[in-house]
Amino acid sequence: MPSLKDLRNRIASVKATQKITKAMQMVAAAKLRRAQDAAEAARPYSQRMGKVLANIAGAVTGGADTPKLMAGTGNDQVHLLVVCTAERGLCGGFNSQIARLAREHTRSLIADGKDVKILCVGKKGYDILRREFASRIIDRVDLREVKRVGFVNADEIARKVIGLFDEGEFDVCTLFYSEFKSVISQIPTAMKIIPASAPDFEAEADGELDASVYDYEPDAASILGDLLPRNIAVQIFRALLENSASEQGARMGAMDSATRNAGEMIDKLTLTYNRQRQAQITKELIEIISGAEAL
Amino acid sequence: MADSFNFELVSPERLLVSEAAVEVVLPGTDGEMTVMAHHAPVMTTIKPGIVEVRTDSGTINRYVVFGGFADILPEVCTLLAESAVHVDDIDRTDLAQRIQNTTEDLADAKDEMEKTRIAEYLSHLTTLQASV
Repeated sequence: MPSLKDLRNRIASVKATQKITKAMQMVAAAKLRRAQDAAEAARPYSQRMGKVLANIAGAVTGGADTPKLMAGTGNDQVHLLVVCTAERGLCGGFNSQIARLAREHTRSLIADGKDVKILCVGKKGYDILRREFASRIIDRVDLREVKRVGFVNADEIARKVIGLFDEGEFDVCTLFYSEFKSVISQIPTAMKIIPASAPDFEAEADGELDASVYDYEPDAASILGDLLPRNIAVQIFRALLENSASEQGARMGAMDSATRNAGEMIDKLTLTYNRQRQAQITKELIEIISGAEAL
Repeated sequence: MADSFNFELVSPERLLVSEAAVEVVLPGTDGEMTVMAHHAPVMTTIKPGIVEVRTDSGTINRYVVFGGFADILPEVCTLLAESAVHVDDIDRTDLAQRIQNTTEDLADAKDEMEKTRIAEYLSHLTTLQASV
């Protein structure tokens, strides 16, 4: 049985922890707002990019000069998985969910006899995946120094990916990130970015102006060649933004329940503390009374 | 008063400008072009340079863009820029940094094609530096 002093110390320490988790929750809430705003602000660009691509893709696809980024290399032997996770922990199942999805994907690919290469963005995913697939991780991108993800960060990753693709290092590239649905739900998602899937573009182009009326300067194929790498950067950028919003959302949830748990623990401990104090008083009283009776 | 059309300047981070413009001068890869209302649909890539927007009221806004492309329709003109800033806010050190990076890239370039491409980009950047 812990003494009264032990209990008091315990309560004090749980209270301190509660304060910390509460503060982290509030910080996460503030950051979430910012991350959401950033994601919101980036939407017009990716939407318009999608529209423009849809237009051009309609004009170019099918020809022999379709860029490889869109048509693919013709086989799907080597897969590159770009796994985007957070730099920090303490955000519930956020990192492990993304890592699990990537791990399952990797296993099934290996089972099919494919080669898998992994590019880790963010420290946590690297830490988790390293245990099982250390030899397959070809590179990792560290965003720890970055306060707010900017397009330059995404562009850097995109350059790496495209560089590898040009060297023929892989055939198919899939991006793993967590999609931000709401504060309480973030869905780990896998998205294929190379080869870019043309049907997506066509769906977006519905109701748009017919592609054939466009004039292209210099010409459709070279614009497309210019556009596709940029589109990859945009997709990665979007994933990073979604990820940072999801991370803060997940952290908010995790810290909220941590605060609640701490509260419950404090209640429980206080109850034990009071009971024990009462018991001690009773014990002292009995001692005094029995002492008086003995006289 | 000439007809106006909607001009949008979008960078990956945010929508920078969305306003009614009478005339927009774009630094297209194949030469500068002026866009006015009822322009035929054109899609063009943009080289680093200055975009000049003349609004309804006659004020002229100038923006520095670093590459991108423009989607021009009779009623709208959308410029998707890789990075864009208002001329007054341009950061000279950033520009100098870009020029230096590109110069280094040029030194590292492997084949002729790439070399020509980078050299061209570099010349756009230096022209831009001289003009702001």
